[in-house]
Amino acid sequence: MLATEKEINVLEEATVRFCGDSGDGMQLAGTQFTNTSALQGNDIATFPDFPAEIRAPRGTKAGVSGFQIHFSSREIFTPGDTVDALVAMNPAALATNLSDLRDGGILICDDAEFEKKGLEQAGYKTNPLEDGSLSKFKLHRVNITKLTRLSVEGLGLGTKEADRCRNFFAMGLVFWLYDRSLEPTLRFITDKFGKRPEVAQANERALKAGYNYGETVEGMSTQYQVQKAVLKPGKYRNIMGNQATAYGLIAAARLSKKRLFMGAYPITPASDVLHELSVFKHFDVLTFQAEDEIAAMTATIGAAFAGEFAVTASSGPGIALKGEGMGLAVMTELPMLIINVQRGGPSTGLPTKTEQADLFQAVLGRNGECPMPVIAARSPGDCFDSVLEAWRIAVEYMTPVMLLTDGYIANGSEPWPIPKAAELPRVTVTHPGPLVNGNGHANGHANGSADDPDGYGEKSKFLPYLRDQKLARPWAVPGTVGLEHRIGGLEKQDITGNVNYEAENHQHMVNTRAQKVANVADSIPLQEVNGPTSGDLLVVSWGGTYGACATAVQKAQSAGKAVAHAHLRYLNPFPKNLGDLLKSYKKVLVPELNMGQLNLLLRGKYLVDCIGYNKVQGKPFSVGELVSKIYELVG
Amino acid sequence: MSTAALPVLTAADFASDQDVRWCPGCGDYSILAQMKKVMPTLGVPREKVVFVSGIGCSSRFPYYMNTYGIHSIHGRAPAVATGIKTCRPDLQVWVITGDGDGLSIGGNHLMHAIRRNMDLNIVLFNNRIYGLTKGQYSPTSPLGQRTKSTPMGVIDNPLHPLSIAIGAEATFVARSIDTHIQHLGMVLKRAAEHEGTAFIEVYQNCNVFNDGAWDYATDRAMKAETTIELEHGKPLIFGKNKDKGIRLNGMEPEIVELGKGITEDDLLFHDEKCAEPSLAYLLSRMRYEDGFPEPIGVFRSVQAPLYDKLMNEQIELAIQQKGPGDLDKLFNAGDTWVVE
Repeated sequence: MLATEKEINVLEEATVRFCGDSGDGMQLAGTQFTNTSALQGNDIATFPDFPAEIRAPRGTKAGVSGFQIHFSSREIFTPGDTVDALVAMNPAALATNLSDLRDGGILICDDAEFEKKGLEQAGYKTNPLEDGSLSKFKLHRVNITKLTRLSVEGLGLGTKEADRCRNFFAMGLVFWLYDRSLEPTLRFITDKFGKRPEVAQANERALKAGYNYGETVEGMSTQYQVQKAVLKPGKYRNIMGNQATAYGLIAAARLSKKRLFMGAYPITPASDVLHELSVFKHFDVLTFQAEDEIAAMTATIGAAFAGEFAVTASSGPGIALKGEGMGLAVMTELPMLIINVQRGGPSTGLPTKTEQADLFQAVLGRNGECPMPVIAARSPGDCFDSVLEAWRIAVEYMTPVMLLTDGYIANGSEPWPIPKAAELPRVTVTHPGPLVNGNGHANGHANGSADDPDGYGEKSKFLPYLRDQKLARPWAVPGTVGLEHRIGGLEKQDITGNVNYEAENHQHMVNTRAQKVANVADSIPLQEVNGPTSGDLLVVSWGGTYGACATAVQKAQSAGKAVAHAHLRYLNPFPKNLGDLLKSYKKVLVPELNMGQLNLLLRGKYLVDCIGYNKVQGKPFSVGELVSKIYELVG
Repeated sequence: MSTAALPVLTAADFASDQDVRWCPGCGDYSILAQMKKVMPTLGVPREKVVFVSGIGCSSRFPYYMNTYGIHSIHGRAPAVATGIKTCRPDLQVWVITGDGDGLSIGGNHLMHAIRRNMDLNIVLFNNRIYGLTKGQYSPTSPLGQRTKSTPMGVIDNPLHPLSIAIGAEATFVARSIDTHIQHLGMVLKRAAEHEGTAFIEVYQNCNVFNDGAWDYATDRAMKAETTIELEHGKPLIFGKNKDKGIRLNGMEPEIVELGKGITEDDLLFHDEKCAEPSLAYLLSRMRYEDGFPEPIGVFRSVQAPLYDKLMNEQIELAIQQKGPGDLDKLFNAGDTWVVE
């Protein structure tokens, strides 16, 4: 084939999706395309979407795995509503993904897979590549299987092994299509497959063959470019949500001079936090893979009692099992983090799909009056900052803190401005010092005075439930002479912490625990809005829907609508100005990937007639649907 | 070495200021008294000791010890203890549990704590009943027992705590009885001195809801015939006149009378150090109801790697290999780019 002159078309942004069988390596293809695009200076947002089954029967719709990348020369917040280029490795992938490809979009299919069995499995009566049903797309029929096999010929690979390189061929082709460099992926191949040179070589050949195919084949006449994005100056890397959570934990522990203990039980989509942490033992990280969720939770309580930075991470069903343990954490008033990477529920639900239906569980889901601060991360990179903030609250107020993320941001990725360790907020932890023969403590309690420098009242006795102004109790650590004390789940007497069942004391302790959590509002910023401070509509969102909501509001604002956006990080307690803010707009819209949980909390607390916009499909919001809803409300 | 003498502590130093609230006559008092007596002999300062418990009568124990303590939630004490011990291997950690707390709701944690072999001491007070909830049958209640929740008799097979522990790869397994004061003290001390998870079953009388459950083993007239004291390297001999012994007949134990051609050399000799746990398991299966004396003492005491130690060694090794973690290096690892 002769190289033909190709047209170059510069785009502001593009969205690409790789989809295929769950054994086709689509997640890898997506990740490589993401890293390459990030390195090329684009802003990026990604959305991996894979089945709960590790290997559903090959070629079936149940086994289709996809990875979507939105890359842009301007700032973006979502992985894109519709797809500009779709790579479908088999008929099932085409059938399940085609509806997201925009009219006129590029469609690349592996011709070899569109035979009788594959078509039947996908429910096609006729071959869509031939029956004209795809005429509104730019269809490229590429025999990826055959071309891949040819490219690896002579390396001594069997057909099965050769076919495993198909994703690299597809990658190469899309890399050419969007003018991406092969270098990062070539480096990846060397790192990953260096120990098996024949496999490394095969992948490299397939990748290059795909790229060269694009360059030479006549059917592909246009190459697209997406220029660098104008991001805030600084050094960047690509980061996934669970990775950012793990880095946040490592950093927060290190900055407060604590060992990091994580108790966890494997669960999708939270396990990656455990995996990430387990390779950073040289940061003095202890990872305990427990026998169950309850053990993970209660070992975390033990680690907090022992005086270390303790955390457990799970997803909805696991959090349900931790409920009683969280009650003990609230009662013993020990600092620790509980992270819920939310997924579709109820019960086992949709393990690999996203949802934000665990807000009630986080705020209300324990027996008794059991208040716990709750905060939520809004994007992959924000998981890092959210962990630092959750730990600050935990230590300052001596309380367990729940951090909510979700499958969408946990597995999604974005460019992350790399922080400098020296500039990160530090949480100083103070433990009371030894009490020897009534001679006082080295580090007194925060409410000490001139007469009573330690703040313990009685000099001869340690009082584990004597509180400071914030109502936090002291964190006395085993091994400290003279501070021997016992805590537990039974109601405590105020100040002494002794078991106590008296009516007035219980009322007082319930009030005190509630007030302590309410006091957290004194230490958090007032709620900010993006847009006018009063007007027709306020959109209130929380968690992983930030990107879609922010983009939708921006679009409405550019169209001249008096719409503002408030994205909540703090869900318990709410920022102090939230009630006034809600009352400053004619209408309040609360979009959530649940049946209206924040909505009910807001209505209950502020008596504002908020309007819900709710979706529970295991999928994030599209910008388009939010824009339509906003227009419906503001005309 | 420091020459400063450690303060000499007594049992009274280990008593907290809280009133003990078990029913008068409860076997728990005796266990508490022995624990307080043993503690000063261990050479561990009070502030380095943590008692962890779950829920149940026995689980009130930490409140009565003037050490660090957590009275946690039902069945979870071994997991709480795991968090403490892995972070702080310097602490001596005791788990106090019961037959319901340890074997029913907390069976999973007990099994996993034992197989990990952290340096924990687990004391299971076995009274064969749920006391705190007022008299339902427990996983160690015998078949047929009529209780509040089994008016026509228990129909589920009981568990034998030591068999469970041995099955879970326990490195130290022992049994004692609340009223055998000196024996109990000896067993607690040996458990504390064992490196690894030590599991002790204590026959404990609940005089309110299951009074007399262990009478056969505690009755002065009967106990010489119904229990057998294990001693390492010694033959298994019992009986008021020390004239009976346990002999192995193939894989089965049998009771034989000494004399009449049978000598001590024909008997089973106890070997607590035996790597193979089958002997200890066999001893754990000897039940009074099957006509055997029930062994008390140390069934098994072997050495194996400690989970808490291994976990911390992996950290030290990682630090040796990679250097102490550097946050800026962590953040900047992998592919990065600069926006001007």
